[in-house]
Amino acid sequence: MARLPHSDGAAIPRGLAAHNLGFSYRHRRVLEGLGLHLEPGEWLALLGPNGSGKSTLLRLLAGLLRPTTGGVYLEGRPLGGCSSWLRGQQIAFLPQNGGYPEDLTVEEVVALGRIPHLGLLGREGRADWEAVEWAMQQTQVSGFRHRRLPTLSGGERQRVLLARALAARPRFLLLDEPTNHLDLHHQAEFLALVAGLRAQGLGILTVLHDPNLAARADRVAFLMEGRLLALGRPAEVLDQSLLQRVYGAGVRVHRVKDRPVVVLEE
Amino acid sequence: MVHTPALTTPKRGVAAGLLPRLWVFAALLVLLGLGGLLGLWYGAVQIPAQEVLRALLGWQDNPIVTELRLPRVLGAILVGAALGLSGAAFQGLFRNPLADPYLMGSAAGAAFGVTLAVSLAGGLSGAFAQHAIFSFLPFSATWFGFLGAVGAVLVVLLLSGGAGRTHDLILAGVVVGSILVGLTSYLMLQGADRVRAVFAYTLGNLSFISWPGVGALAGYLLFTLPVFLLLGRTLNALTLGEETARSLGLPLEGLKLLLIGVCTLLTAAAVAQAGIIGFVGLVAPHMLRRLLGGDYRYLLPASALGGAVLLLWADLGARVLVAPAELPVGIVTTLLGGPFFLYLLWRERRRYG
Repeated sequence: MARLPHSDGAAIPRGLAAHNLGFSYRHRRVLEGLGLHLEPGEWLALLGPNGSGKSTLLRLLAGLLRPTTGGVYLEGRPLGGCSSWLRGQQIAFLPQNGGYPEDLTVEEVVALGRIPHLGLLGREGRADWEAVEWAMQQTQVSGFRHRRLPTLSGGERQRVLLARALAARPRFLLLDEPTNHLDLHHQAEFLALVAGLRAQGLGILTVLHDPNLAARADRVAFLMEGRLLALGRPAEVLDQSLLQRVYGAGVRVHRVKDRPVVVLEE
Repeated sequence: MVHTPALTTPKRGVAAGLLPRLWVFAALLVLLGLGGLLGLWYGAVQIPAQEVLRALLGWQDNPIVTELRLPRVLGAILVGAALGLSGAAFQGLFRNPLADPYLMGSAAGAAFGVTLAVSLAGGLSGAFAQHAIFSFLPFSATWFGFLGAVGAVLVVLLLSGGAGRTHDLILAGVVVGSILVGLTSYLMLQGADRVRAVFAYTLGNLSFISWPGVGALAGYLLFTLPVFLLLGRTLNALTLGEETARSLGLPLEGLKLLLIGVCTLLTAAAVAQAGIIGFVGLVAPHMLRRLLGGDYRYLLPASALGGAVLLLWADLGARVLVAPAELPVGIVTTLLGGPFFLYLLWRERRRYG
């Protein structure tokens, strides 16, 4: 892994990196001394119990919150020093309950993803429509491009919102519980779509609740009380003793075709 | 990555509305022109169309046309445009189709300002026509309305700690509005005779608009219109939620303050000149969103036109319904707008179950 020199002597990894990251909200420490990085072409799943700081970490990495200590670096540059437009071009963020427009067509919504490239006044040009088209193809939503979002199913709508995030042609994609409110079939379908995007060189970070969904990622980061408890391949992180510490003694980890499967026993 | 082009090139930028954009704008312009001509021609004094035309062209002196009807028609257009624009912008900012231009206390502030001015000046006769109310004040009462509206919004911004948290803005707006309404009622009770005229003002009335008022309104609109060019895309992004809008790179805090600033100026100018005219700023953007789709780059100018059309025709109604007397136009917009709005809500509920 390429490393860049950093002022305090430590090396900042390439990609999107958190270094000694801490965040406090009203004197309450939410995150502390956290270091991780997201490389292009990998899928990192962020796992942890409620209130462990997953969403806060995601917002810090997206540049939506300012770190209290440490920093977030985009290819070695402090994220806070980048212009907000550049940040939007490089990092796409999809919140959990952001809401969606009711009076725009699918295509119009996806085109909103081009805003970081267009600014406040620019008109969509050829390159913009090509990116919109590409994003709609990746997520298979072009078939209903002229429909409004309230007329779509939950799974379709979530794919449209993902297409919106992709339309900026970002290098990093940050998704906050993207499979929430989706049924089992659509969860699997959505995550297969996410996994396929790695081939486009995208670095993808997903906050997930379900360890079994996180097990599909390349790496899993396990967060607990604002600290990184474990970081590594799913088979290493989804360890029975670690999960029992967090979720209680009833947790069992089985192996199915080398993939960990987490079950809760009575 | 290999880019595979679609087999057929799909039509881009098709809007979500019921009608093509061009039709909507054309229809609005036709209705605006028609309403304007009717407004100039119709009145308590019958003036043949030819004479109206000659007066407009300056070939013939006719103060009824040039000093009464023309400023009134232009006033209706400008006030309606200001309310339509602010209404659309506030509905986008608050992500709530029920938001209206007065949500942040500007109407209550304006009413309070005017009432206070009149109470302090004292000794007002009941006659309110032709700015009688303003003639004895050191400044025109419209200034007090304007200052009251701007002041109320500033207090709301202070109370909610800036434009950051949208829900706090609504809450502070409601509270400040209620307090100001209470204070206004108190002042009115204290000098019931003096403030009769103020009552007519608060009902919303276009008959007091004179040329200086038209000039002021036109100035504010011209001054704020460029800002709305910046705000179209911002409001589009806000439909995805504030966090997403910020993640797209938009400097949202500044843009929200800018939006509140220009809407406050417009609403304050409108209220100061014409009193509190309800429902125009609520209904016009709402109707146009259905016809045009939700892209604010088109919805904002359309709402300006739509508000102008609505108010112009409502004012015709105010002059025709009880002729030769006339109603305050605010009563007409409320009586027509209220039921119409209920109908819209009812239809929407049926549509989405």
